[in-house]
Amino acid sequence: MAGQLKPFYIGLALVAVAGAALIYMARRPGSETTVAQTAPGPVDLGDYEGHVMGSDSAPVTIIEYADFECPACAQFAILTGPDVKQRLVATGRVRWIFRDFPLEGHRNSMPAHHAAQCAGEQGKFWEMHDQIFFNHGRWVTERRPERPLRDLAAATGIDMRRYDDCMSSGRYMDRLNQLRADAAARGIGSTPTFDIGNRRVSGALLYDDLKKLVDSAAAAK
Amino acid sequence: MVSAALALIGLLVSLYLWLWKIGLLGALACGDGACERVQLSPYAQIAGIPVAFFGVVGYLGILVASLAGLQDRLVHRRWPTDAILVLAGIGVAFSGYLTYLEAAVIHAWCRWCIVSAIIIVVIFGAAIAGRMGWERESVSR
Repeated sequence: MAGQLKPFYIGLALVAVAGAALIYMARRPGSETTVAQTAPGPVDLGDYEGHVMGSDSAPVTIIEYADFECPACAQFAILTGPDVKQRLVATGRVRWIFRDFPLEGHRNSMPAHHAAQCAGEQGKFWEMHDQIFFNHGRWVTERRPERPLRDLAAATGIDMRRYDDCMSSGRYMDRLNQLRADAAARGIGSTPTFDIGNRRVSGALLYDDLKKLVDSAAAAK
Repeated sequence: MVSAALALIGLLVSLYLWLWKIGLLGALACGDGACERVQLSPYAQIAGIPVAFFGVVGYLGILVASLAGLQDRLVHRRWPTDAILVLAGIGVAFSGYLTYLEAAVIHAWCRWCIVSAIIIVVIFGAAIAGRMGWERESVSR
């Protein structure tokens, strides 16, 4: 019996090795091929640059194109975001710009981005950004996301009367549509995408990978 | 043999989802982001443990029982088949619950989860067939 099973065991071992190899190859986000592109020129969005965090004199600027409904963006915000803020932005090494890129197929993206813009109007964009990403499960699958988004906005401590006025006016819809068109015109094909110096990387980068790219961009100056 | 081969594939799928969940892998090979949506939902973990980890443990148990049942000295013993039956039964019930969540609560279909659900159903079917065959064999002996 044992001898008859030998081909089966060999086949099983081959499947195990092939599977392990595929998983191993998937372990690093932001492969070399995604890093190779050169970022395009400056954006023409009037005075609006995006949501900015960090010192203007930081040696490296990173532009993040993200969609609030995108799970990989949430993964990045949750797993890597805190390290980015503490170790790169707060230390003056990076100036971070968040550009809204609400994707067409994501039903709840636009309300979430608009809610973040409304919170940003009261100086609480980043707080709302974190609420939205850290509580993804509370609103992303809702048929009517406005209510959970409002709860998240309230948690940031903003004036809710002004927030409600802002949301009902829809005054940031034009800007968001413009940002969406702009990102698409720049060739952003997926989210999150990061322009780091003159390099472009896509995917939910881990901190160590991002740090290497920041060091590389700083050294190139 | 069918159970062992399928359990190995199920183990690799679960391992892939679990490693992604704990942040060791890049973007999931899923296409439309539905896998990430399911994996990042509050239902993707129980008591702080990723659901995929339960899959890793379950499939590993089925793989070990399946390989044990192929050994000469155990091939006529009942417990390996019973162990597979119990583990696969729990897996089918658990997968059924998770599939319900995908359909009715999360509104997103994780392809890898569906693959895993199909695998566990086939293993369960194979275990039932194996058990019935074992019963027939016992009667004829």
